[in-house]
Amino acid sequence: MPSFFQLFPEQASTISKDVDALFWFITSVSAFFSVLIALLVIYFAVKYRRRSDGDRPRTVEGSLGLELTWTIIPLGIAMMIFAWSAAIYVRIYRVPDDAMQVFVVGKQWMWKMQHMEGQREINELHVPVGRAVKLTMTSEDVIHSFFVPAFRIKQDVLPNRYTTVWFQATKVGVYHLFCAEYCGTQHAGMIGSIIVMEPSEYAAWLSGGAGKSLASSGEVLFQELGCVSCHRSDSGGRGPALTGVFGSTVKLQGGTTVTADEGYLRESILTPQAKIVSGYQPIMPTFKGLVSEEQLLQLIAYIKEQKSSGEDPNHGSR
Amino acid sequence: MEAVEPRTNYLNADYGIKSWLLTKDHKRIAVLYLVSITVMFILGGVFALLVRLELLTPGPDLMSSDTYNKVFTMHGIIMVFFFLIPSIPAVLGNFLIPLMIGARDLAFPRINLLSWYIYMVGGIITLVAMVAGGVDTGWTFYTPYSTAVSNTNVIPTAVGIFISGFSSILTGLNFIVTIHRMRAPGLTWFRLPLFVWAHYATSLIMILGTPVVAVTILLVAMERVFNLAIFDPTRGGDPLLFQHLFWFYSHPAVYIMILPPMGVMSELVTCFSRKRVFGYNFIAVSSLAIALLGFLVWAHHMFVTGMSIYAALIFSFLSFAVAIPSAVKVFNWTATLYKGSISYDAPMLYAFGFIGLFTIGGLTGLFLASLGTDVHLTDTYFVVAHFHYIMVGGAIMGYLGGIHFWWPKISGRMYPEAPARVAAVIVFIGFNLTFFPQFILGYLGMPRRYHYYPDEFQVLNVMSTAGATILGLGYLLPLTYLIWSLRYGAHASANPWNATGLEWTTPSPPPTENFHETPIVTHDAYDYEDFDFETVPLQEVKVG
Amino acid sequence: MEAYSDQRERALETTPAAGPHHADHQHQFDSAAQQYDASTLGMWVFLVTEIMFFGGVFTMYVAYRAAYPGAFGHASNHLNLTLGAINTAVLIASSLTMALAVHSSQMGKRSALVTYLLLTMLLGSVFLGIKGVEYAHKFEEGLVPGPGFTYSGPDANQAQLFFSLYFAMTGLHALHMVIGLVLMAVLVLQARKGRYTKLYHTPIEISGLYWHFVDIVWIFLFPLLYLIARHE
Repeated sequence: MPSFFQLFPEQASTISKDVDALFWFITSVSAFFSVLIALLVIYFAVKYRRRSDGDRPRTVEGSLGLELTWTIIPLGIAMMIFAWSAAIYVRIYRVPDDAMQVFVVGKQWMWKMQHMEGQREINELHVPVGRAVKLTMTSEDVIHSFFVPAFRIKQDVLPNRYTTVWFQATKVGVYHLFCAEYCGTQHAGMIGSIIVMEPSEYAAWLSGGAGKSLASSGEVLFQELGCVSCHRSDSGGRGPALTGVFGSTVKLQGGTTVTADEGYLRESILTPQAKIVSGYQPIMPTFKGLVSEEQLLQLIAYIKEQKSSGEDPNHGSR
Repeated sequence: MEAVEPRTNYLNADYGIKSWLLTKDHKRIAVLYLVSITVMFILGGVFALLVRLELLTPGPDLMSSDTYNKVFTMHGIIMVFFFLIPSIPAVLGNFLIPLMIGARDLAFPRINLLSWYIYMVGGIITLVAMVAGGVDTGWTFYTPYSTAVSNTNVIPTAVGIFISGFSSILTGLNFIVTIHRMRAPGLTWFRLPLFVWAHYATSLIMILGTPVVAVTILLVAMERVFNLAIFDPTRGGDPLLFQHLFWFYSHPAVYIMILPPMGVMSELVTCFSRKRVFGYNFIAVSSLAIALLGFLVWAHHMFVTGMSIYAALIFSFLSFAVAIPSAVKVFNWTATLYKGSISYDAPMLYAFGFIGLFTIGGLTGLFLASLGTDVHLTDTYFVVAHFHYIMVGGAIMGYLGGIHFWWPKISGRMYPEAPARVAAVIVFIGFNLTFFPQFILGYLGMPRRYHYYPDEFQVLNVMSTAGATILGLGYLLPLTYLIWSLRYGAHASANPWNATGLEWTTPSPPPTENFHETPIVTHDAYDYEDFDFETVPLQEVKVG
Repeated sequence: MEAYSDQRERALETTPAAGPHHADHQHQFDSAAQQYDASTLGMWVFLVTEIMFFGGVFTMYVAYRAAYPGAFGHASNHLNLTLGAINTAVLIASSLTMALAVHSSQMGKRSALVTYLLLTMLLGSVFLGIKGVEYAHKFEEGLVPGPGFTYSGPDANQAQLFFSLYFAMTGLHALHMVIGLVLMAVLVLQARKGRYTKLYHTPIEISGLYWHFVDIVWIFLFPLLYLIARHE
């Protein structure tokens, strides 16, 4: 990271160049109109300055043609910027299917990252260059915001729900991570680094860390908390079987359906009465206060691993 | 100079504190507001200087983080709710609207006085909350930090803001009824000065938007007092619901802040070019368009909260649309200068400054309406620079231009022209040095509301603080010479600027009743080509 | 139309401090009719601001009910439908008496006016009394949000949200009713002094508008809070 004065941030992700191109376009348009207005005002102010107290200018009341011109042309330029910009926005928020997953928990005043393989980091995130990374994030307390200027991405992090953003780093290096939503006393201190490494170095860093994958930790919790007693792998349990549930469409009591994403799984553990699966009784107890946000992520990682039969549920991390 | 005969006007019609505190005269109420908001502006400005001083160095040198967070919060609250929102409407609007439409007062003079008292009560409660410990939520009060986490004086501050909102609502209500029902004979809507159109549009926003933020901030206070669950995510509440309701007012609020100075612009540019305004109908309708569209864009403050992509597309589109009527106005004012007879009096210098700085500020809004760039720029110093360009470079310059222009009418004295022009230039320079570097800081990635920052941001911060010092000194000048002029300024004639407009047909200062007889209007606004110019000396013409 | 210079000259003459005193309208207006028009428009504009004010809480209600329909239905069943229905009838009756008061003032009937105002106040007070009883019940049942909240159903958190909105919405409504009662007390005192005649009774009319508005807010509140999921 630079510690000397700079005027423009580094471009370190696949989207940075596109955002910058759009930025320069809007800057040119803005500069053009600002300079145009400034020059016109100065020119008119000088050319038509009052020469004597007897000056009596003739009226120029208006011109429909001019009004239409200077309404329609700016509108057209605005629409162009809108469309170009919307395309970039969609790319920032549509996560590619092959993205590798990292979980982020923000709390006053630190960032806690969890890799699927079990690596935990505080205020630092190691990622391989050239690989799409999807961040699934939540907050333990107030609203924070995950901001990496070099990647041109930002996503608010909210309590009691998951938000996601993705990026693909293009340059090895170390980049600022800032919290961008005011969150109290040490808001300015809630900063860190994204450390982008060559894939081989990243693999080495991963294996150097402490052992248990997220899903294995989740499996342990699944036993310890007693989930396994109702959520058996056959269909005879008091609760629905969880093999293959992640990403599937679940039928709820009352006829509605819901897609079983991370948020659904989290809600089912914390407020099980909110959505009852069709055909089952509302008897699941709540685990609110009994599991931390990290433990929730471990359980979710484990459940995600429960693929339908034919696949090895103990296969290592993606 | 000949001795001036004493004449009864609204300032000397009655003496004593009671005659001011119980007045029903819209002109006296305007002066009461002028004093109050000047005090608030100085307070808010002091907080701003403290922020800029701390940001001279990357580290946390001058104060603790908690104190810094309180200082920027209080700067925002005072400037938004207690300075910018009332400023032009409560001072110039109150003073001028009855005069401009040929009326003796507003429709509801006692409600007008009540609105000032409400403003004072709200202001005092908020200031007491600040002195007794402060509040650190940011002027935006985002939940759940404000409802469940912050341990500062949120409740009294929220109550103070809630109360002062009614001041705004009553002012807007008064203006709407007055403009609808009390125009002089012959004064049709499309003969109104554009200052009046601007205040009409502003009043629509005031009455429709303020109640929403009022009930929202009330519920924040109630949640803290009664432990309600409305914004508490641990009990099923949605913190984003607060943001939607908050911004539903607070975005239109920025149009409350910019429409009145735009109204001032139309008066200044025409008077100091001695020409009709170019495109009167378009400027009038643009004011209404801004008011309407302004209510449809609030979620552009929330593009990175995780909202649906479709909603984001709609709000982005509309945010571009709302820029167009403002652009139309700027083009029309510029065209008004064409083939005019332009003088460089201080009000006109402020007008030039406004046009330039508002243009830049408005254009930088495009970066934020644009989704792709907003992701990078939201919550950074780019946004801070953008809104200060509009609110300080735009609104405050419009306010100062208006104060100077109508100073002779309000006080009966001329301000000294030379220091005024110097001040306008100093303010312009200081302003740009303060806020232009912040655009660059924002794109670099410096987030808002940071007490301390990485070293590489320091040079730009130092430039910004240097500018703030110059800007502060610039503001001290009008404060000084305007007060000086009350005693030593030349006595003003009824129409020292040779301007059209009914307010200039009354003496300076006007009598309490404004008009001896209700005027009958047969001309359009700004009819300079038919205007009977007199070379009127600045000093008052001796009567009789 | 006289020339500007003549206008200016006239304006520069010494003007008296105030025009002639008018018995039937305030000095800023040109006629009693203009004053009446302005007052009525003013009250309507004020009611628009009230719509936006209540609109804020109604929006919150809509958002949360859409998110938690089941929980809101269960929680609503804890409200006392009988008392709510009685209150609705009481309030509608009070709007009738208020309308009759307005009519009396238009007819110039002073004693009828005072009677109907007092009746409206009585009915309004009955409403507030019943509301107080309901609030007391909720307190005993542990349904007031906060640390003392006890709820037997499975979705206690969402129910707490419902009751937060219940107290906020009915509380704000009750506050508006209290203001209305104070307003009417003032009107009664003025009416007894003979202030209102066939020719001048604007305060009665615009207070009537305000009271009807407060009634209409309740007409929305009642079904939204009391009548959801009642078919079970």
